Amino acid sequence: MSFWLIQSLNSLALGGVLFTLAAGFSLIFGLMRIANLSHGAYFMFGAYIGLSVLERGYGFMAAIVAAALGVGLLGGIVERLILRRLAGNSLSQVLATLGVAFVIADGSLWLWGGDPRPVSAPALLSGGVQLFGLTFPLYRLAVLVFSVVIALGLWLLLDKTRLGVMIRASVDDRQMAQGIGVPASRLFTLVFCLGAALAGIGGVIAAPILSVYPGLDADMLPLALVVVILGGLGSLAGAFIGSFLIGFIYSFGQVLFPDLAYIILFLPMVIILAVRPRGLFGRITA
Amino acid sequence: MGLLLCLPWWAGGVYYINLASQILIAALFAMSLNLLVGYAGLTSLGHAGYLGLSAYVSGWVMVHLGWGHPAAAATALAATTAMAALFGLIALRATGISFLMITLALGQILWGLAYRWTAVTGGDNGISGITRPSPFGLDLGNASYFYFFALLVFALVWALIAVWVRSPFGASVRGTRDQPRRMSTLGYNVWLIRWITFILSGFFGAVAGLMYVYYHQFISPHSLSLANSAEMLLMVIAGGAGTLSGPVVGAALVVILKNVASGYIDRWVMLLGFVFIFIVMFVPGGIVAGASRIAKRWAPQHPPSGIQRPAPAPEIAVENPATGTTP
Repeated sequence: MSFWLIQSLNSLALGGVLFTLAAGFSLIFGLMRIANLSHGAYFMFGAYIGLSVLERGYGFMAAIVAAALGVGLLGGIVERLILRRLAGNSLSQVLATLGVAFVIADGSLWLWGGDPRPVSAPALLSGGVQLFGLTFPLYRLAVLVFSVVIALGLWLLLDKTRLGVMIRASVDDRQMAQGIGVPASRLFTLVFCLGAALAGIGGVIAAPILSVYPGLDADMLPLALVVVILGGLGSLAGAFIGSFLIGFIYSFGQVLFPDLAYIILFLPMVIILAVRPRGLFGRITA
Repeated sequence: MGLLLCLPWWAGGVYYINLASQILIAALFAMSLNLLVGYAGLTSLGHAGYLGLSAYVSGWVMVHLGWGHPAAAATALAATTAMAALFGLIALRATGISFLMITLALGQILWGLAYRWTAVTGGDNGISGITRPSPFGLDLGNASYFYFFALLVFALVWALIAVWVRSPFGASVRGTRDQPRRMSTLGYNVWLIRWITFILSGFFGAVAGLMYVYYHQFISPHSLSLANSAEMLLMVIAGGAGTLSGPVVGAALVVILKNVASGYIDRWVMLLGFVFIFIVMFVPGGIVAGASRIAKRWAPQHPPSGIQRPAPAPEIAVENPATGTTP
């Protein structure tokens, strides 16, 4: 019993981490119609930035802010300098993001070395919490709450603000939105920055759970892909449900069938693709 | 061709002969991937999976079951082709960028399997102790003999692909790339044409995987990594997708660059990333197409005497053939 409860919390925490990763991926896809293959690298880069901030003795909040700013800025530069010049050719854009991913991954290896780096949870959240006579790690609960807050914030942003209306309009019909004066160019940069920053934040909050190591990017990118393929591209709700679904499948798979966790991950993707190629909540096809 | 045939005599050392073998093997990968990327317009980022599957299957049955080379090779080819058929069923639910994402995920799953399923694959250590075959009693341990063997396989695959491209089926594949809807209206089964091409690409990828494992006599999860799939895609795009010689030129370029660069810096992956961005941004049609365009521009404009040349067609923006698909 306790195994299932603890493992469920682990799944929820992983789902929360995946959501911060997949939400940005899905938003960028919805708006720009490109799969940002550097998203895993942004996640890892954010984790490394957070690590360096923590090692200098600053707090966890500072690490999150620094990672969000650093990775968001990097995303903006990539969008302005590279993707902008390939506008209209989404395949070239996707391939360029792959090149960016390699540059970031190898640069991180260069700067931070090849050893896995453990990150400890903030002191305030490092304990356990007693529930049903069991001790749950507090940090994982905090990650879950944090990701739900981020999801709420994103939902408010997309649903209740003028900016959100413009983003949604552009996702649904880009040409029409541009036609009625939505500033698509600035919107693209903004959403790309936002998506990258979210990935960076995800990297920091995941660091105490997953630690930081070279190859983290290649581990996370397929998870993000599977989440959005499951949930549907360009849909926040889809990213949310998909993240927790994959969180559960992957966490339990890793404990119950450690050798085959990747295969188990792939089954739901196959089933969904066979039944609903657009994903559970997909509004667009690529 | 003649130069290639007597390469071991002029190359000047085992290092260069082995480099030539590596280029031929890389070219096999690039050519097999080009069937999908160039001719069918389906950009795949999971091609290293076929390398891995073919190499692992042949290595495993040889090392653990003690099978001979012909049986191991046949099993590897059959298993990989079957896997390609299965993957094709999944990936061809989509085209364009979704197709790319699905193939990437499938490739990563094979990588994860090789890495985590330690009981079978040996995990990070991979499978070592694989021997090279000795067809007709030739010892392929010798660099020159291996080179000739690779050249023979390369020539065979090249010929097969050339025939395939010129066949009516090859034309229908290009048709599904450029005008899927029209092809569909004309009564062609677009999905089936793509699926067959997907399987063919997997089969030739398996052949390349066999050559890869014979050359290295070792296989590890590293060979299935996304970086490796990306490297193959770079060869195709850098050389020129949808041309026969493009992938070969791209393969030579990437292998030589990798070997030269690794002599000076150990940041190959970063260099790969920069080259990728550079090619995509500035040479989108590939080197072969780019070179022929430049050659045309510099060529004398007057027609050769006696031959009536049609008026030059207006310059058409070169479109990346891989993007010509619409779902």
